[in-house]
Amino acid sequence: MARVSAADRQRQLLLEEAGQHLYANRVRVYPKAVDGPVRRAKWAILVACLVIYYLLPWLRWDRGPGRPNQAVLLDIGRERFYFFWLEFWPQDIHYLTGLLIAAAVTLFLVTSLFGRLWCGYTCPQTVWTDLFMWIERRIEGDRNARMKRDAGPVNFDLAWRKVAKHAAWLFIAFWTGGAWIMYYADAPTVTVEFWSGTAATPVYVFTALFTFTTYTLAGWAREQVCTYMCPWPRFQAAMLDEQSYTVTYQGWRGEPRGKHRKQEAGQKLGDCVDCGACVAVCPTGIDIRDGSQLECINCGLCIDACNHVMARTGAEKWLITWDTLAHQRAKAEGREVTPRWLRPRTMIYGGVLTVVLAVMAVALWNRPLVELSVQHDRAPLFVRMADGSYRNAYTVRVANKTRQDARFELTVKGLPGLSLALAEGQGKGNGQLILPVPLDTVGTFRVLLSGRPERMGEGSLPVDFVLRDAQSGEETTYRAAFMGPPDRGMGR
Amino acid sequence: MPKSRSGTIGGGECSDVPTKIEKDEFSGRDTTGHEWDGVKELNTPLPKWWYYVFLATIVWSVGYFLLYPSIPGISGHFGGLLGYSTRVEVERQVKAVAAQRAVYMDRIAALPFEDIRKDGQLNAVALAAGRVAFADNCQPCHGPGGQGRPGYPALGDDVWLWGGSYADIQKSIAHGIRAEHAETRSNTMPGFGAALQPAEIDAVTDYVMSLYGTPVPGRDVAPGQKIFAEQCAECHGAQGQGNRERGGPPLASRVHLFGDDRASVRAQIVAPRMGVMPAWTGRLDAGTIKALTLYVHQLGGGE
Repeated sequence: MARVSAADRQRQLLLEEAGQHLYANRVRVYPKAVDGPVRRAKWAILVACLVIYYLLPWLRWDRGPGRPNQAVLLDIGRERFYFFWLEFWPQDIHYLTGLLIAAAVTLFLVTSLFGRLWCGYTCPQTVWTDLFMWIERRIEGDRNARMKRDAGPVNFDLAWRKVAKHAAWLFIAFWTGGAWIMYYADAPTVTVEFWSGTAATPVYVFTALFTFTTYTLAGWAREQVCTYMCPWPRFQAAMLDEQSYTVTYQGWRGEPRGKHRKQEAGQKLGDCVDCGACVAVCPTGIDIRDGSQLECINCGLCIDACNHVMARTGAEKWLITWDTLAHQRAKAEGREVTPRWLRPRTMIYGGVLTVVLAVMAVALWNRPLVELSVQHDRAPLFVRMADGSYRNAYTVRVANKTRQDARFELTVKGLPGLSLALAEGQGKGNGQLILPVPLDTVGTFRVLLSGRPERMGEGSLPVDFVLRDAQSGEETTYRAAFMGPPDRGMGR
Repeated sequence: MPKSRSGTIGGGECSDVPTKIEKDEFSGRDTTGHEWDGVKELNTPLPKWWYYVFLATIVWSVGYFLLYPSIPGISGHFGGLLGYSTRVEVERQVKAVAAQRAVYMDRIAALPFEDIRKDGQLNAVALAAGRVAFADNCQPCHGPGGQGRPGYPALGDDVWLWGGSYADIQKSIAHGIRAEHAETRSNTMPGFGAALQPAEIDAVTDYVMSLYGTPVPGRDVAPGQKIFAEQCAECHGAQGQGNRERGGPPLASRVHLFGDDRASVRAQIVAPRMGVMPAWTGRLDAGTIKALTLYVHQLGGGE
């Protein structure tokens, strides 16, 4: 594109001014307040996100006596994650993988359909930056007032406003950091502990850390996080195509831009009056008229700004709107095209998302409440006994995720003539072991399996450990191996 | 920075006059004042912060030099004002760790085995400590997991030379076998190479092998059995079942320390090999020895 935006020109000038420096100085962005349907939707989403973030930890969920009654709790110390009616153990970590994959693919799908909605509306960086900007406007005034004061001398007026703004920012940042902690500990308890000074050190450390990051990222770094730090804008281009709805300046309608007052005779100007309103409200300080670009978070505030101007000039609204490249091209040529929602990429993203969600749902639905794991000793694989039989040792772990203490019966199947025993304690030599496992714990038992199968084959025979819940009668099976010396003639 | 310089570099004649720092017209920056064949170099000093950090490290090094061991001498070194020594530091840390563990290790040392077993947490600590101590001290001979190898007993099987109860294992570890300890377990098997005729040795070998294997058809083991009863039964038991009082290994067993083929058995009769295990009292504290005992006991052979 031959045209260079005002912001780019300014950047270029600063770059030249900076001389030998390899980086551009930050061009300070002073976003102007705006009102309109997009802005109101953005406020509504912002409030919803913040309400969820701040209040979710306070939501209670009865799980019975002796168990946490917080709806969402990531209890790292006790190795349990609670989400409403779901409870996750460290053994369930693969569900996190599924969740992350589903989240990523959802992001891909939404982006390919509607552009960077996540960036513009729900990304925490956007939400908190928006909140901080609102505070900034309350205290320091709108764009022009702020620019004027910043350019002027340091005086009491400037000083108290800056102090007040940063104090307010820090206050919100502190509550943000504090709310974060509540996801990891019982919210009412940790709040009391925090203010009485009895909370664990990590509580204070993490509150301070997230206070610092919120204050820095939302107060100071702002659009630089999106432009320089975040990897997402770098690969968003791969998700977008000419059928994706993005915030679009309708160049065919707006160009050639110019002040209508100065319109010369015979000159036909477009609807764009080049007032700069769209640039003034942009939180990342770009010019949407340059087209889709890396810095654009697709928030659409420029739409509201332009609509006001269009209303005043009497032109049709929505000079800047949500539209696709294909539709824009057709419109410029005076054609009409229908939007294509079903495209290879949306179908692939949608398909992958459906499969992942289905697998997750089925896996969650069939999630066993009792888990058995049998770990064969690595060394020795077997020992020879006085009577010539072999003995294998295993570590048996039984996770009892039910809500009651359980007694399990452990037996082996698949190889006749083997005797099962606990390495220590009662039950030696019996065919069936009794394993008591209290609720909400993992029982670990060392068991011995001995015998002398007629054939050892290549030295390893499959054997099934069967765990039976004495009360419910439910069985869980784990396929393990019984090892011994390979039969003669079974060359390696 | 030298103010003047002469000589040739790369064949070019350098100016003999004092160098003159001048402003480069194109970039507006200072030159270094040197010129080679008309080529001048721009002065590119370190960034200021870098330069000051460099100076700060020099200042820092002086303090470091004085506080920590630094100047080497003929028969020693200047120890530094803090008297710091890595060796002392390690000893201090080892002591600190031992003090932390003492809460558990003292109780392990004081309580009887059965009581430790009943206390789930204490038992877990003992097994963890035993596993680590085993890997550090016992594994070189007994192998990982006590799997054993020729000459070094496997610890997870059901054959014990000196007994497999907690007390027996503890004593074997603490006092060793044929070790330099007053109460060490010890025995000696005489070599029968001179005392018995070769034919008699063959007969005993046949008999011993029949105790755990299939007798060779056509071989009469009765003569060997007679010699065994006279010479061997006292320590190895009348049926070759072993004698733990004396540490006589069971022979009616598929587990043989030095091999169960004919040549190995015969060699063991003619000139017996006998293993040595060091006494661990004095090397390991009482708590660790008990932790080792608990660990070895649960490998599978504990009685």
